[in-house]
Amino acid sequence: MRFLSDTWVIFTRSMRLSLRNVVWLVIGITQPLLYLALFGPLLKRIVGLHGFPRGNSWQIFTPGLLVQLGIFGALFVGFNLIAELRAGVIERMRVTPASRMALLAGRVLRDVVVLAVQSMILLAAAFAFGLRAPIGGVILAVLLVAAVGAAFAAGSYAVALRTRTEEGMASVTNSLAVPLLLLSGILLPMTLAPGWLRFIANVNPVKHIVDAMRALFLGHVGSGTVGVGVLVGIALIVAGMTFGTRTFQRESE
Amino acid sequence: MIRARGLTKSYRTRAGTIEAVRGVDIDVAAGEVVGFLGPNGAGKTTTQRMLTTLLAPTSGEATVAGHDLRENPVQVRRHIGYVPQGGSTTPDAQVGEELVDHGRLCGLSSAESKLRGRRLISELDLDGTWERATQTLSGGQRRRLDIALGLINQPPLLFMDEPTAGLDPQARANLWRHIRRLRDDRGVTVFLTTHYLDEADALCDRILVIDHGEIVAHGTPEALKHEVSGDAVSLSLRDREDMAAAGAVLSAMPRAVLARAEGHALEFSLPDAGEALPELFAALDQAGVALAGIEVRRPTLDDVFLSLTGRALRDDPVNTPS
Repeated sequence: MRFLSDTWVIFTRSMRLSLRNVVWLVIGITQPLLYLALFGPLLKRIVGLHGFPRGNSWQIFTPGLLVQLGIFGALFVGFNLIAELRAGVIERMRVTPASRMALLAGRVLRDVVVLAVQSMILLAAAFAFGLRAPIGGVILAVLLVAAVGAAFAAGSYAVALRTRTEEGMASVTNSLAVPLLLLSGILLPMTLAPGWLRFIANVNPVKHIVDAMRALFLGHVGSGTVGVGVLVGIALIVAGMTFGTRTFQRESE
Repeated sequence: MIRARGLTKSYRTRAGTIEAVRGVDIDVAAGEVVGFLGPNGAGKTTTQRMLTTLLAPTSGEATVAGHDLRENPVQVRRHIGYVPQGGSTTPDAQVGEELVDHGRLCGLSSAESKLRGRRLISELDLDGTWERATQTLSGGQRRRLDIALGLINQPPLLFMDEPTAGLDPQARANLWRHIRRLRDDRGVTVFLTTHYLDEADALCDRILVIDHGEIVAHGTPEALKHEVSGDAVSLSLRDREDMAAAGAVLSAMPRAVLARAEGHALEFSLPDAGEALPELFAALDQAGVALAGIEVRRPTLDDVFLSLTGRALRDDPVNTPS
């Protein structure tokens, strides 16, 4: 299959270049640990406040961190693509018979693998800090965050191809990231929010992912919350990959 | 190798529609090195991007390397090589990795890519660079690597966008030698855009001149110089009083075009000056005009360009909209 072999070439190339970048490697590994170390201690005091979901504080906090790591890491991968665009690499690859979708999928696959490794590091550290959660739920939660990360990475590449400059890219991602973050309940659960804010937050797909992840960490695998989260995740990945592939296929102007 | 008819490209912007290319016909035969010459913004990069499948034409049709551009862009990509303007490699990647990965994207096996890559590296005088990061190569070496990448699928047709922009004179001359060898040793047809007239003159069998999105002239460099602008002749007279008489002699010669008359000197252009001069001398002699000196300059492509477009080509490579 042409698509698979092309995807593999792009994946191995991207991964090789990422691993060669020592700064990136160190940041990628320490970032999840920093989140835990600097943010976790704040949490113990808050849990037990009125309106806070039930569960061990790490069961509430870790899923939010995973989503933050995945989605907000993925949103910024497009910056790498702008560097490649500027170097003429993308143009060179587009004048080969390689599958357009593979040019995107290979890069997204690299991002998903990176995300999965970072999630493992974060989870291992969280267990050391005191997280206890059912393993099945945790595995499903990681799969969900990987899928959503893939969707956001694909979207990020599409935005990079369309804006073509770091400035344009930064304004799009920042204006997206901030409301998505604030209205997702990653930092503080939306159950604390007044009615009108909760209403707005319900439009935010990330909020449903976070809710589903928390339910999975509590072991509520068959719950409606998880079902909604999975559906939102599927919708996101279809939308992201469609947007991304369309953009890669489209003529560059 | 290339046959294009009525290619156009227009962009819609807030200010209105911009017609970047307005009906271009191109014919390139196998084994030619063809230069596509024009000032920045004339439409040469846009035209080349259409021919390399990077940009869909607004209208018109083209057959490139035996395949229809609109119907079968994937087959076109299979049979062409493309060397983009300003490089095509990742700074951190190694030379060998870039070649092998590119070969595999072209559908070759790993082993075949490696084999061809190594051969190209040595043909293009890049021995010993296989494991080096591309950012450690010199400008000229990196440009040759770009060419090696464009050749890995052994295309019969290679497109190059401003191949020597930004190179020092030595590296340019070296690259020209390599481009000539592509045609002589491998029989590759080369289609290159350039805004360097000396490059077009030194390298190309044939030149297409584009301006404002239309092809305004085409032919061999020699023919273009011959047709368009003739030789530049300047006469200096011994006696200022004779200027009027000399002017009258010149205006009696149908093909001489006076450019400047100042002080003792007359400058004019004259096609085939070598053959016309004896006649001119005789006429001047008869009119009693004594000459102090004469200078004949063969036209350059600069003269051609100036007379075709009314402006000189600029030397600074400002990026054209891509």
